[in-house]
Amino acid sequence: MLDGKHGKAARKAMEIITALGEIYGAKRLIPVSSVQIAGVSYHNLGEAGLEYLSDMAEDGQTRVLTTLNPAGMDLTEWKKHGISENFARNQERVVDAFLKMGVIATCTCTPYLIGNLPHYGEHIAWAESSAVCFANSVIGALTNREGGPSALASALTGRTAEYGFHLQENRIAQVRYNVEAMIENTDDFGLLGQVIGTRTKKAIPYITGVANATSEQLKSFCASVATYGGVALFHMEALTPNRTPVPDKTEVITQDELDAARGQLDDADAEIDFISLGCPHASIKEIAGIAKMLEGKKVAKEKTVWITTAKPTKDLAVKMGYYDTIEKAGAFLVSDACCAVAPLKGRFKGLLTDSAKACFYARGKNSFKTKIRTIEECIKEAIA
Amino acid sequence: MHQGGDCMSKFEGRKIYKGRAEGEALVTSEDISFYGGCEPDTGVIVEKGHELEGKSVAGKILVFPSGKGSTVGSYVLFALKKAGLAPLAIINKETDPVVAVGSIISEIPTIDHIDVSKIKTGQKLVVDAGLGVVSIVE
Repeated sequence: MLDGKHGKAARKAMEIITALGEIYGAKRLIPVSSVQIAGVSYHNLGEAGLEYLSDMAEDGQTRVLTTLNPAGMDLTEWKKHGISENFARNQERVVDAFLKMGVIATCTCTPYLIGNLPHYGEHIAWAESSAVCFANSVIGALTNREGGPSALASALTGRTAEYGFHLQENRIAQVRYNVEAMIENTDDFGLLGQVIGTRTKKAIPYITGVANATSEQLKSFCASVATYGGVALFHMEALTPNRTPVPDKTEVITQDELDAARGQLDDADAEIDFISLGCPHASIKEIAGIAKMLEGKKVAKEKTVWITTAKPTKDLAVKMGYYDTIEKAGAFLVSDACCAVAPLKGRFKGLLTDSAKACFYARGKNSFKTKIRTIEECIKEAIA
Repeated sequence: MHQGGDCMSKFEGRKIYKGRAEGEALVTSEDISFYGGCEPDTGVIVEKGHELEGKSVAGKILVFPSGKGSTVGSYVLFALKKAGLAPLAIINKETDPVVAVGSIISEIPTIDHIDVSKIKTGQKLVVDAGLGVVSIVE
């Protein structure tokens, strides 16, 4: 591929893969069977990113199953969410470039919920830090934290360089965290991720004291521990599949620390006008639960409610009647996008969410005040 | 290229992306985040408190220890190149993946494993990234 026999895009892609392999001392390239690409929102990519993708799309074709991260808008219903015509056109150009390359052009941070589901031990090349953490830790697949261009390079070559988390010796737990705090809902799992992420630096966590967890709670934890600590892999006793020796060094996570983490994300003067659930993208189970809470209710006039999810999940919600229930209540079931990558700056003052990750980006990128609560409390506040 | 007796001014490193360049050094001892830290339409470093805050990387041989920050930074280097505002070459102590990928997609000559403290802003450099060599010529 380096000699250009497979086209310009494949050559450029192979240059990226081999250069990364050289930087990290990889001995060889290995095949990957699944790719997740980040850098999809036009809001982040800009014209330059789009130009690069268009160049690659001239003769680039994916060689393995490849899905996309969230875009800056719902690709079909963007108008009613207040997205400008101009932004929409540019966002469509981005998605079209990916489509041309054979990428499965549905945009979600939870590819594992919509058919891009690797198995234990499978080598993959994923971007999107929360999905990387979920794939490595909860599923037991093997991936580094790819960026947008390097993930695309793997999609076009079907290869990655063998270094980092592709090697078993780099997947061994280094610090044990014993959780003494009460961890019950998605917001608690997010806060736990924030505490461990902030504290662990580069050390791979081995977590004990969490008795059980749903997939939804684990995806919340993954998003948060990756956002606050760059963590790409953790072990959770009796809940995650990777085998590892248990580290001797043990640290304790107390209720006080969890409360302090909540205190950090709760702005006392937050004036809540935006409620966003579905970071990472909501599962059909979460949407069913939210629809039930909203049945026959009305969202308060001065508040906007987004429930963000993948398009196939939204389609299912339409079929099940959840979409109608949610929209009749005045909330929006938004597919493809999320509150972190949509162009929302200046539109709202305060965000209420169950996601610690959403709080991070709401503050950093959009200068919103934030508050973190359970999904039930968020909905209660929405209809109050 | 400068050789022979003037060996103190020639450094050998590792090729990240090939190419030759000749120009003036812009040096910092601080890492650079291109996403959010450098304006894609001006080339100016805008990170608050950064040593190079307010300086433009355009047309310079940019010398810094390593990259940091979001992977979208690779696309910022690409944007600079398209706008004619990219550095002529990049010299690092240790190139991080964001800068490496940015250099490759933007075709900016880049080498690392160079002791960047030996190079001063304003010095004239000749870079042959394919050979992994940078020389101070003035």
